[in-house]
Amino acid sequence: MPEPSFLFGQFVGGLTASMFLFVTAVGLSLIFGVLRVLNFAHGSLYMLGAYLAWQIMGWLGPGPEHFWFAVLGSALIVAVIGAAIERLMFRHLYDRPELYQLLFTYALVLVLADIVKIIWGTQQLSISRPVSLSGGTTIFGTLVPHYNLFIIALGPLLALGLWLLLHRSRAGRVIRAAVLDREMLGALGANVGWLYTGMFALGAFLAGLGGALVTPVKTIVPGMDVEVIVEVFIIVVIGGLGSLWGTFLGAVVFGQVLAFGILLMPRFSIFSVFALMAVILIVRPWGLLGRQPTR
Amino acid sequence: MKRIPWTLILFVAAFAIPWAGSRFYTFIATDVAILALFALSLNLLLGYTGLVSFGHAAYFGIGAYTCAISMKTLGLPFWLGFPAAGVMGGLFALVFGFFCVRLTKIYFAMLTLAFAQIVWAVCFKWNGVTGGEQGMPNVPYPDLDWIGAIPGLGGFRVGDRFYFLTLVLVTLAILALRRIVRSPFGRILTVIRENPERAEFIGIDVRRYQLAAFAVAGAFAGLAGALFGIFNRGVFPDFAYWTKSAEVLIMTILGGMGHFWGPAVGAAALTILNLQITAYTQYWPLILGSILIVLLFAFPGGLVGTSIDLFRRIRRGRDAGRP
Repeated sequence: MPEPSFLFGQFVGGLTASMFLFVTAVGLSLIFGVLRVLNFAHGSLYMLGAYLAWQIMGWLGPGPEHFWFAVLGSALIVAVIGAAIERLMFRHLYDRPELYQLLFTYALVLVLADIVKIIWGTQQLSISRPVSLSGGTTIFGTLVPHYNLFIIALGPLLALGLWLLLHRSRAGRVIRAAVLDREMLGALGANVGWLYTGMFALGAFLAGLGGALVTPVKTIVPGMDVEVIVEVFIIVVIGGLGSLWGTFLGAVVFGQVLAFGILLMPRFSIFSVFALMAVILIVRPWGLLGRQPTR
Repeated sequence: MKRIPWTLILFVAAFAIPWAGSRFYTFIATDVAILALFALSLNLLLGYTGLVSFGHAAYFGIGAYTCAISMKTLGLPFWLGFPAAGVMGGLFALVFGFFCVRLTKIYFAMLTLAFAQIVWAVCFKWNGVTGGEQGMPNVPYPDLDWIGAIPGLGGFRVGDRFYFLTLVLVTLAILALRRIVRSPFGRILTVIRENPERAEFIGIDVRRYQLAAFAVAGAFAGLAGALFGIFNRGVFPDFAYWTKSAEVLIMTILGGMGHFWGPAVGAAALTILNLQITAYTQYWPLILGSILIVLLFAFPGGLVGTSIDLFRRIRRGRDAGRP
């Protein structure tokens, strides 16, 4: 039996990874909930968020707290890019078979990956943590960086904020109606077109935010797009596509299975999360907290 | 008018390629032949049964590893390794498919993807058997001396000889696939694609037919993978990665899934284009992505579908002009 402090360290490590991924995953889940399409390009938007954050840091120059401007600015730019993609291209595919929409998002993966390479090259980039969160605190014998504590706190707050947006605002009511029955919503006179654009922009914002926030702990490299899409994909499938709290739960489960899976079977921890995803799809295709599709 | 035997003409033309004497042409032709079989096997699901599999590379990878392990690790001859690849591809497709066909649409696609990622993860990590991340380099060529003994084929290099073998095997496999889609079984698959509820209603066990199609498609993908591993001189986990599944989907859509030969045309077009373009620029994905976007918006029927459309329109126009 390993020491408790070691186990606690694994737990906190898993939780940190979960909350980083939750920010991105919840965007994917929300887009799926309304638009019914699996957006492979979500990982590309995440990567764009990371590179843009680095770029904005370069423009702003050195400053202890410039990081926050970079994060917010980058997420906003990615949101605008997402909205543009939806308005200019994606919406023309809504009446085509699902496969075409799926392949379109994959085409975006290819295009965006190369655009990133053309603009920023292929060498690794990095951003340092903001000064206010550069320290660490020892909890139960494990040194936890303040930045990680911030992310662990941010995850639930973000989930709560999105819940309030969806359940306590007018826009949220329309979004939830769209998840249930978008044709009826259109028939009732809601502007479904702008709703889709807005959802895409919100999802892209979250992808960009996730990418920008992860930069102090992960190097920025080409290929981070394909890596993260697989992870968030597993999370949303486990939790339930389109479900906010499901995605939160999925992220927590994913992080813990990876963190403790490494202890039990070091080599096959990645295998265990894929297996978990397959089992969920077989037993409960709509995910742990997802809604079973009617009909 | 008598029908022109296009398949035979194509085969003879393809068979003549090594006489051009260019190593490069033979290389492209081998690549195209193998990927054409891979894409055609996917189209049995996509175009004929209406099932969107996003994990077809799994069976390609399983076939490649099966043949490579049989030949390199176990020292078995190719004529055992090759059919074994088909059998393993088919068996795994049968097991995975059993769960997949229970789901519909997007969930079906996701589960096929999940299984493919499991296959990838196993290939990636199981160092003892699959070579792990490094894959299995130096898969041996099959014994090709007997091809050299055939009169007229004596002077060719080993690459050319492997091409002859590949061409014959791929042609046989494609003829078998065509036989399948034109059989009563194939007709039932088309009925299921058009209207699963009605198919169920007239007494067809839809799931069982879908599963059979899934297994057959997996078996043919396995055969393609076996040939590709030898052609590529090595087998790597990437063969089963989800981007590979996306690639073969693109080939199929590019050629056109509405026609039997569409995916083969797509495989040829994409492979040749890739080799031409990478000579000028490293940004092949950017170009592939752009082609795909144009295709999805402007030519949803793919190359073959669009040309047939165009051809018909021209002929109709000409006929209409007559008195």
